[in-house]
Amino acid sequence: MSAHLEVNGLSKSFGSVVVADGLSFSVAPGEALGIVGPNGAGKSTLLSMITGVLAPDAGEVVLDGHDLTRSSAASRTKRGVARSFQVPRPFTDMTVFENVYAGAAFGGGLRGQAGYDAARSALERTGLIHLSNELAGSLRLLDRKRLELARALATGPRLLLLDEIAGGLSDSELPPLIELIAALKAEGITIVWIEHIVHALTAVTDRLLCLAGGHVLADGPAEEVLAHPDVVEVYLGSTVEMEEAS
Amino acid sequence: MDWVNALAQGALLGGFYALLAAGLSLMFGVMRIVNLAHGLLAVAGAYVGVVVVEDAGLPLWVALVVAPLVLAGFGYLLQRGFLNRAVDLGGLVPVLVTFGVAVILTNLLQEWFTADSQSLRSGSFGTASVQLADGLSIGLLPAVTGLAGVLVVAALQWFLARTRSGRAMRAASDDPEVARLMGINEKHVYALATAIALATVGLAGVFLGMRTQFTPGYGDLVLIFAFEAVIIGGLGSLWGTLLGGLVLGVTQSLGSQIDPAYGFLIGHLVFLAVLAVRPAGLLPKVAVA
Repeated sequence: MSAHLEVNGLSKSFGSVVVADGLSFSVAPGEALGIVGPNGAGKSTLLSMITGVLAPDAGEVVLDGHDLTRSSAASRTKRGVARSFQVPRPFTDMTVFENVYAGAAFGGGLRGQAGYDAARSALERTGLIHLSNELAGSLRLLDRKRLELARALATGPRLLLLDEIAGGLSDSELPPLIELIAALKAEGITIVWIEHIVHALTAVTDRLLCLAGGHVLADGPAEEVLAHPDVVEVYLGSTVEMEEAS
Repeated sequence: MDWVNALAQGALLGGFYALLAAGLSLMFGVMRIVNLAHGLLAVAGAYVGVVVVEDAGLPLWVALVVAPLVLAGFGYLLQRGFLNRAVDLGGLVPVLVTFGVAVILTNLLQEWFTADSQSLRSGSFGTASVQLADGLSIGLLPAVTGLAGVLVVAALQWFLARTRSGRAMRAASDDPEVARLMGINEKHVYALATAIALATVGLAGVFLGMRTQFTPGYGDLVLIFAFEAVIIGGLGSLWGTLLGGLVLGVTQSLGSQIDPAYGFLIGHLVFLAVLAVRPAGLLPKVAVA
């Protein structure tokens, strides 16, 4: 099967800091890829380049065989690319509903009632419907994380990029989130999920990719990647909760 | 009764100031652009009125339709052509671009219309008034102008709160990058915001031309009053701009009642007092850093 997302030789530097150095990988349609790596490995920057808010210095981003490297972020959203942010970035002066409606109306291109229905459905799935009329700026962290997901879902994504959506959640908050992401995968949405909580990743993803220093250290089945000598080396002494992977 | 009359005239004048300032407030609210060409663009609206009414001999209401359309078109192109790039560069660049636009436009207006003062003949519409009580009469033109100010602010507020494009503007104002990820083309949205802002300026300009004599240099005074209304009310808040306009209009009018020479002075003093006591304005929307 041909790849849904292909990242070919993506490079990016900020001054002398190299955040991506010839990154290449691909994701099949409906596949879920987990990305791990130490802080500063260039994981979030990678998502910014896939979504088009950050232009790479070199390399290309290909979706369904179309080279999107020069496409605007808005047009990529309309092609089905959506992301959540590690630190939630709601439109703080708008209500929760308006936040999600923006995703449905502009990203999903839905007008009138269809837009309202899509927004409502995304709010219901993420358990935010009862907060619809609250200002997004007043939400607590868990709900802000849910809003990130709801807003991304409302755009009608085919490729969902999650940036540490589980970070900071308690043990009781985690299972419903994992369940929801697994359900999205079951619906055929391709998922690329960056996370430090490895057991959350391995519960849903088909494959892991480890990034460090802007390089792909390892790419393959979870147990192989986690046992890879370079990956172990990178993680020794780091704060990542490797023990939870067992 | 003189004071009541001054209060009523001041309130209507305040509505006019709100009309003059609404576009400045909208552009700042959506794009954080401080438009130094704002006053001059109002004067340009008045000159469009001159072309329509004095040169083409069409009725006044045509000018009230044409001037907003011309200014809106200019605003869209200005934003797409220059200001969007200036916003990307950040810092003082947008302010400098609008300053440059003001300089160029002043000279063009002098070239085309000379520096002699002109006005729009408003005929009976400009002189008619209603006597409400002994010593209290309301002019038709000031009443219509003041009402237009209130309606424009209310309409803009409704537009931002309720419409698809208005929501896109609020989203792009809040976080342009996330707005792009929601599928919003923020370059177009910004251009639309400037077009709407300048449409209100064009409308204000035609009223300005009916109320007073103007020259291409008159934009400076308009800019100062518009700024004062926006700052008194609170940056980025449209209802605040309406309130700021009313405060400015009423204080100027009451000041003139004390002594005709004091009107502008007292308006400026109240502005300074608000800056000193409530630097974020009376109805602040964004925190002043």
